[in-house]
Parts: sequence; C-alpha cells; structure tokens
Amino acid sequence: MNNPRSGFARRGFLLATATATAAALALTAGCAGDTGKTADPKNAAAAGTPQRGGTLRAAFPGGGAGETLDPHAANLFVDAARAKALYDKLADFGADLAPVPRLAERWEPNESLDTWKITLRKAAFHDGRPVTAEDVLYSYRRIADPKGTFRAKASLEPIDLAASRALDASTVEFKLKRPYAEFPNVLAAFGAYIIPKDTTSFDKPVGSGPFTFAAFTPGKSLVVKRNDAYWEGAPHLDQVEFVVASEESARVSALLGGQVQYAHELSPATARTHEGKGKIEVIRLPGSSMQGFVMKTDRPPFNDPRVRQAFFLIADRKELVDGALSGAGEVGNDLFGKGYRYYASGLPQRTQDLERARALLKEAGAENLKVTLDTAPAATGFVEAAGIFKEQAAKAGVTVEVKVGNKDTYWKDILDNGTFASYRSGSMPIESHISQRLLTGSTTNATKWKQKDFDDLYQQAQSTRDEKERAALYERMQRRLYDEGGFLIWGFADWIVATAPTVHGVDAKAPANTLDWARFDKIWIA
Amino acid sequence: MDRVTLHLHWVGRRLLLGLGQTAAVVLFVFALTEALPGDAAVALAGDQPDPERIARIRAALDLDRPTAERFLDWAAGLLHGDLGTSLVSGRPVSGYLAGGLGPTVLLASATLVVLLPLSAGLGVLCARREGGPLDRTLSALTLAVHSVPEFALGVLLATVFGLWLGWLPPTAVGADPLTDPAVLVLPVLVLISRPVCTISRLVRAGMIDAMASPYVAQALRYGVGGGRVRWAHALPNALAPAAQQLARTCDWLLSGVIVVEALFVIPGLGTVLIDAVAARDVPVVQGMAVVFGVVTVLANLGADLVARRFAPRAEVVA
Repeated sequence: MNNPRSGFARRGFLLATATATAAALALTAGCAGDTGKTADPKNAAAAGTPQRGGTLRAAFPGGGAGETLDPHAANLFVDAARAKALYDKLADFGADLAPVPRLAERWEPNESLDTWKITLRKAAFHDGRPVTAEDVLYSYRRIADPKGTFRAKASLEPIDLAASRALDASTVEFKLKRPYAEFPNVLAAFGAYIIPKDTTSFDKPVGSGPFTFAAFTPGKSLVVKRNDAYWEGAPHLDQVEFVVASEESARVSALLGGQVQYAHELSPATARTHEGKGKIEVIRLPGSSMQGFVMKTDRPPFNDPRVRQAFFLIADRKELVDGALSGAGEVGNDLFGKGYRYYASGLPQRTQDLERARALLKEAGAENLKVTLDTAPAATGFVEAAGIFKEQAAKAGVTVEVKVGNKDTYWKDILDNGTFASYRSGSMPIESHISQRLLTGSTTNATKWKQKDFDDLYQQAQSTRDEKERAALYERMQRRLYDEGGFLIWGFADWIVATAPTVHGVDAKAPANTLDWARFDKIWIA
Repeated sequence: MDRVTLHLHWVGRRLLLGLGQTAAVVLFVFALTEALPGDAAVALAGDQPDPERIARIRAALDLDRPTAERFLDWAAGLLHGDLGTSLVSGRPVSGYLAGGLGPTVLLASATLVVLLPLSAGLGVLCARREGGPLDRTLSALTLAVHSVPEFALGVLLATVFGLWLGWLPPTAVGADPLTDPAVLVLPVLVLISRPVCTISRLVRAGMIDAMASPYVAQALRYGVGGGRVRWAHALPNALAPAAQQLARTCDWLLSGVIVVEALFVIPGLGTVLIDAVAARDVPVVQGMAVVFGVVTVLANLGADLVARRFAPRAEVVA
C-alpha cells in the first residue's frame, strides 16, 4: 500500500491506457485532429477548457424507417436535434423561452408592430453560399405553402408572406396580418429552419448549422461532421453520430456499455439507479414538460366554474409529482410555463383543500359527481397520474372513471371529445401556449376556453410596445386562468438526459427544445 | 416416375394453397389496419391535432378516397410487383423491406445455425439417458428457460454479459452486424432460448418413441449397430414433428424478433413493422404482411416436404 513503486506502476498503466484511448479515438474519428491537446485529457477537463476532437454518439428514441432530414417536417425530438446540427433558425429560445437572435442579428418592429425588419448576420451554407433574405423567404414560403402540412405552418400564420420582401441581401421585411409584439417567437418556432433557396431534396442536406452532413440511414443513424466555417465558431467535436434506440433500456445499456456517450430521455427510475455512481452523468432539464388534466369548459360538469375550482383543490400536486413522475419534477400552479418569461409567479401556490372542494361542488349542485377521465400511455406518467387523481377525487366524493385509450390517436381523440383528460405539453413561450390553445380561434383548444374578454386581452398585449405593460396584461390573462381556467396543471417534469463522464459542456438549465438543449456544437469530450 | 409426378402434383397443390393463404392474409391485414382507430393523418399530427392540418394531410395522402378503391389500387400495383410508397416518408415500401430484411435474415439464420444442431443434440442426449439425472436436469432447465419472457431474459443477459462482465456488446447500436458479429451473440442467445426448449423436447419424445418401435427392434435384431440405428433410423422419424415445429419457429423468428430487435437496437423487420403500425403507415404494413405471408407459406411447405421425406407415412396427414 505504501510502496511508492506500485503507485508509479499504476500511474504508468493509467497513462498507457489514456494514450491508447486517445489513439483509438483519433483512429475512429479518422482524423488527425489536434493531438497536442488530446494527449493530456485529464488536465483540460479539470480546467474546464473545451478541447477539440473526437466523435460523440448520441442515442435518441426515434421515428423508424420513415424518418426524413427535411427540417421543416421535424416532429420528434430526434428530428429537432438533427435539424439543429445541420440548420439554423432566425432565432431560438433561451432557457426562459424568450427568443434569442440566431441567423437574425436583430429585429425591429415599426410603430404599429405589424411590420418587422430582420437583419441577418453574416453566415454561409455548407456549400459556401451566403445566407440571404431570399433564402429566408423561400424557407418560410415553403413552410407556409397552403397545400403543405408542415408543423410550423400554424406559427407562421400571422405573416403576410405575399407582401413580405427582401429589402437587400441581408434584410427581410415581414408584413404581418395584425400587430404582433411577440413576433420573434415565430422566428424561433419549432421547425422554422432556414434552407437554401430552391431546395427540394434532402438526401444530402445543406444547411448553415454547426455540422455538415456526412451519412444517413433512416431509422438507424445520421453522421455529421464539424463545420469549420460556422458563424458562431466551429464545434469542438470532429463528428457526431445520432443513433436511434427507441427502447429506454437499450439506450441505458448502450451508454453504460460505452457504445454511446449521450442518451436522451431516460426514466426517473433509471436516473436514480445510476445517479452519483460515477458511471454516467445524469442531467435533469427542469421545466421541460407541463403535466396536467384538461377540463372541457363548454360542457357539464365543467361549464360551471365552481366545479373546475373544486377540481383544482382536489389535486394533491406533491403526491402526483412523486407518484407519476417518480419525483422528477416540481409542482404546478394551474398555469403553463413555470420559470418562463411572463410567468405569473406571484400567485399563491394552490394546495389540496378537500373541505372547500366539497363545499364548491355542493354549491354547484354537483354532489356525487361522476366523470370519465380519458388517458392513454401517450406520455410518461399519464396512466399513473390518472390513477392517483382518481383516489384523490374519491376523498372529495367524486367518482372518477379512468378510461385508457389508444396512444397513437390520443391527441385527436381528446381534442373535441370527452370532458376530462390527461394532458402534457412541451416547452413553448407562454404567448404561444395562449395563442395555440386558449383563444376562440385556436386550432388545438382542448379546454374549449372561448372567452371574448380573454381574446381581447391577448390582442391588446400584442399591440402593446412597452414590455412592462405587456407583462401586466399577461399577468391578467394568467390570473383569469388561475381562477377559472380549464387546465389543471399539477406539475412540470424534468427531462432527463445522461452522458458518459467524459462528456462536458451539456447545458443543465435548458428545457427540451430550447437553444441549448441537444446542442452538440458546445459539447466536448475529455 | 409415377411417384415423382405425384410428388410434383402435391407440391403444386401446396403452392396454390399457399398463394391463397397469402392473399387471405393480405386482405385480413388490410381490413385490420382499416379497423384501427385513426389513420396516418391522425398519427402524423401527433400532439398537434389541428383539424385543418389533419384534413390537409389526409387529402395529400389520398386517404379521403374510399377503402375499396385504395385496396384495389394497391392490389393492382402488387400484381406488377409494386408494393406502393410509404405514407410517412413517400419512399417506396420495397426500400423499407430491403432495409429491414438484412438484419432480420442475418439474425434468423444465425439463430437457426445454432438452434438446429443444439436442439437435435440435446434431444437425442436426453432420450439416451431417459429418466436419468442428466435428462431430468435438462428437462427442468429447458422448462425453466422456456417460461422466462424474452424481454426479461434479454435485459438479464445484457446486464450480466454486457455490463457486469463486459464480455459482449450490450446492444447493437450503431454497429454493423456483418463486420462486428459479436453484437449478434446476445440477441441470438435470447432468440434460441425458447425454440431450443420446445424442439429438443419434441426430438427427445420422438426418439424415445422411435427407439421403442418395432422397426428399431427389428433393425437391432438384424445386428445393425446401435449408433447407426439411432442416427439413421430413429432420428429421422423423431425429426418429422420437430421439422413442423421448426417451421412455426421460422414464422416466429421473422415477426417475433420484435422484442429482441427493440432490446438490442437491431433495425430489422420487426422494428419497421412496429413503427409502421404506430404511424398507421398502411402500405408498409401491407408490404410486411405480404412478406410474412410468403415466408410462412414457404417455411411450412418446406417443413411438410422434410416430414414427407423423413417419415413418408405422415403423408396422409398433410
């Protein structure tokens, strides 16, 4: 034990292994890289200095053989992560879901907030062509094509694309159909990527993103290489390979077995098993997914606000978070977007109050109430949460009958049918949540919340230039929802990713689908 | 001569029957996919079920045409060898099949190569030591393994051999099985775990019956050596029921590998099928049904031929 020689021998062994690993890495990467830096990985890691080189393999649950690299057709997390590696948007969301300039260097509205001038930064596509205003207009027109079905189409709806034009190569003028103070949210919308003008094929995609295309097999893998000319600086990694493993246990095994260095979407149970054991690093991205129930406000029993309030008071949020999310999350307060910009954090945290719930139900003449709760294994924790809520409701004298439906068609099934259903949502700005789900004309208004005064408040906010005044309007809208809305939001789930201990630079604050999530150009291996 | 024509006649009849069976399977699958709740447009819309968007997708995919019309179109294409295009990606279905077939066939053949000698050998061994400690131990073991679900066994093997001992890769993620065959070891182990139990037990039972039969006693009386009687006379008879079980195993290998493929990340036919069903990608599901149907028919035909060859008296049954 005290023999210094054995310590020496061990160190010699470690050094040999390290060198061998570095050599192997250089070999697999098929690239010389900067060997001077990779020779001593330990020091660099300790100092926290990013270093260059290496291949990162990242495992995501995927979409199978039907996958495409068309960034506008992105639907899944893996699509978004791949699109982010190859392409850029004009803007993207920061950790608080406020838009951050990307290809757009800056944006300026006119006085009435219905014309926006976007100035592009100097950036180039992978084939060397500069990113111009024409490319932006081409991309947006492709997404918004009346015959098309791209996901971002709804987000681009406020733009009058026929009237919008390129003022010069690096300036776009967007004419809007109505005043829209939160227009930069559109530039950051899911799937609103900029592709080179006249692109129709995505077999060998050309973008302006931090990585360039190398090889793709649908349902299996996408290999991308470092783009040395990236406008924000070249990525540290030589190469990233996205591999698809839909089974969670396979992603974990592959990570533990060293076959991948990054695994997306792990279950809280897995995270707890391996956290702090040194084999893998577990990273929890807070506020990634809102969890709740929808009450249809246009039909009995929920057309009576007192019944909705009673339901708000039935939920024991802590128990739901602990039970359905295995504790990996935080309690909700019946409002979307905890921690995001404009979130009404000043409202008191709602807690279970069965007495008051009973009283409200009695007042509404809804004693011995029976409701059917639609759910399906469409998202983690759905069926579990439904079971837990059923028990909680029983304590207030409400009989909840849980009906488990088909997960593939769940979202359509509950949009117009039923009265009470499980619900989740990924991250998006509070403004988008309101405009997509809570206005009279919203396309996915699952709570059937159609209130003239609420619509007016939203329009008023969008014609308000002053940010403070706008924040006050958002607060009023949220207060209204808190008092009598149809969303019973009991929690916010963490999104769990895990990496090999050699992987550094993974952002731990960014909710899924924001700028710093799955951002492989900022990651390095040491 | 007469016997050969009779034989060809029989094969022809079997093939015709098989063709009919395949057509029936396809029709059945089409009906079933139509009966599933929701269509590709709904599945594609996911958690953004904007009704207008769903309607547009539906129109773009020609899903608004009547079922019968779509089926006839598809069947007509099939007669020209055209399996149609995927609703999700717009790529040809044949490409999906070709992509998924490689890994699955590789996995299935590797399984069969290990499975056949292993189960025959185990069966004969047990039959020789009927009632002995070895026979009892192997019987108990095969029964125990047979009752473990593939999923559990797969996780267990991956954990023990892949993660604890580090002998084998725990998954096949991102690897090419052709250049890196080690990734196939654990999946093959899981795949043979059940069939080896059933087939070896069938061989064992068949061997015991055959060894007790009058013709074996006769052969022994004529002074034919024990080994020769066992391998050349008794085993072929014992293999006839096992061959039919093997045909069933082949069907199962093609479709039943789904669990194994998911567990070890092998992007084969099972994975393609699961994804296609989830996406309501009907043309792909139908293409798979055709392939599975044809393989099933061919495997069973082969099994019947083998059974006829080994034990011609079984002909009356076929």
